[in-house]
Amino acid sequence: MADTPGFFGRLANPTFFLKLSGAVLPWLTGLTVILMLVGLYLVFFFAPPDYQQGETVKIMFIHAPSAWLAMMGYSIVTIASIGSLIWRHPMADVAAKAALPIGACFTLLALITGSLWGKPMWGTYWVWDARLTSVLILFFLYLGLMALWQAIEEPSRAGRAAAILAIVGSVNLPIIKFSVDWWHTLHQPASLTRLDAPAIHPSILIPLLVMMVAFTALFFVLHLTAMRTEVLRRRVQALRLTQVDAARAGEGARA
Amino acid sequence: MNALLDLGQHAGFIWAAYGATVIVLAGLITWIRADARHQLRLLEELEAQGVQRRSARAGSPKANKQRARRS
Amino acid sequence: MHAFIRLVARDVRLTLREGGAVSTALGFYLVVVAILPLGLGPDLNLLSRIAPGVLWVALLLAALLSVERIFHNDLEDGTLEVIALGPLPLELVAAAKALAHWISIGLPLVIAAPILALLLNLPANAFWILLLTMVTGTPAISFLGSVGAALTLGLRRGGLLLALLVLPLYVPVLVFGISAMNAVITGPASFLSSYLILCALTLATVVLAPIAAAAALRLSLA
Repeated sequence: MADTPGFFGRLANPTFFLKLSGAVLPWLTGLTVILMLVGLYLVFFFAPPDYQQGETVKIMFIHAPSAWLAMMGYSIVTIASIGSLIWRHPMADVAAKAALPIGACFTLLALITGSLWGKPMWGTYWVWDARLTSVLILFFLYLGLMALWQAIEEPSRAGRAAAILAIVGSVNLPIIKFSVDWWHTLHQPASLTRLDAPAIHPSILIPLLVMMVAFTALFFVLHLTAMRTEVLRRRVQALRLTQVDAARAGEGARA
Repeated sequence: MNALLDLGQHAGFIWAAYGATVIVLAGLITWIRADARHQLRLLEELEAQGVQRRSARAGSPKANKQRARRS
Repeated sequence: MHAFIRLVARDVRLTLREGGAVSTALGFYLVVVAILPLGLGPDLNLLSRIAPGVLWVALLLAALLSVERIFHNDLEDGTLEVIALGPLPLELVAAAKALAHWISIGLPLVIAAPILALLLNLPANAFWILLLTMVTGTPAISFLGSVGAALTLGLRRGGLLLALLVLPLYVPVLVFGISAMNAVITGPASFLSSYLILCALTLATVVLAPIAAAAALRLSLA
């Protein structure tokens, strides 16, 4: 065990994790609610319509955070997978597994809101351009990882199998992005980079940043909660095993 | 309230996007909370039955590891 | 190295002797390629335009059918454990088995591709390119498939899961294989740049995939 008695080493103790996350969660939840309300207020009453995109720019305030969380979620899964494979950190498996459905939901949201934004702007719900295609494949990777977790019953084996797949996928994702990007150089898609430019007006930038932080906070609230549930689930499984053992021992004694 | 009502010709798409977000996130939150409660209840039931982790002779390797660390 | 070659030869011999795997893959390839024109209509111009994509996608699916068997039979009869205990590191075992899959399934599919291309009215100048890109790209398909096969080894409904895990990973090979062919058929992009990237993808996959596959195999053998 590479457990130095540092923070991550102490975090390996599920009881310590439960205590710490239990203390943090209420504050984080409150922060999320406040940020969401402030963000939505700013979006609907403060942000002006874009001079080119009109009011549809409002979709950006949920689309960009979703897309960011889709990527961040997969980064968390990858880092946790490396932690699980190399250091065998007990919470790494839990973190990777708990992040999957949340990341998948935000990826789905990025796809849905993106296509609802694309219809009025580009005239079509879907374009096979680099970004959309690579996000779609990211979604498939999430689904594959969840299916793998579900297919293998023993948690430690499932964790390591999923970790291997997650790392293979993380190597592949940039290649996919780059390959599809390169593939479509002929018809350059309408990209969002214009909005990412530093020239972006503060009246749009501030609501966007607030929404980004709010969504990220929401992600971590959900992630921590799901991780706690996962710890509890493993305890329940362990208790059931001891129950079965005890019952067997009792039968053995009687026989 | 003016800004809310006047979202231009594409209001339908904007509301659909926000609606989809609310539905997906509400579903996710509900599911995560329900799962959390479910596991908590299972754990309480088992503990009420007097099943103890530490006194266990054998369990999953994971549980043993946890036990070893705690003691 | 001797043990490596012997393992490859053994696997190829077993697959060929069994026969079923190769003919099933070939038959599936033929059926998929033949059924698409029935769905799309017999417009030869359309068919020749989409021929590279159809041939590649159908080849992926046909290869995928047999990928599951790379480790499966050897796990069932216990051979895999014996091989794992042998002198060869597990990474090389995985590589040998993926290579054997490529020789016994991948190559026959590649050889069948130009014949099926006739059905799709592929332009005449593209036949050699078709062979070249497929010979280059199919090792990546076998090696990536071996990772999926190792991960799903011994699972119920492993085959369906395997497809879900592996198909997204095939995208770069598919994209560059097709774009190299389209560069020749329709221009104006350069064939060489796509083709070299396809080579790079295959080389990287051949080196990296056995490491992942071996890590996954250790889970099943432990």
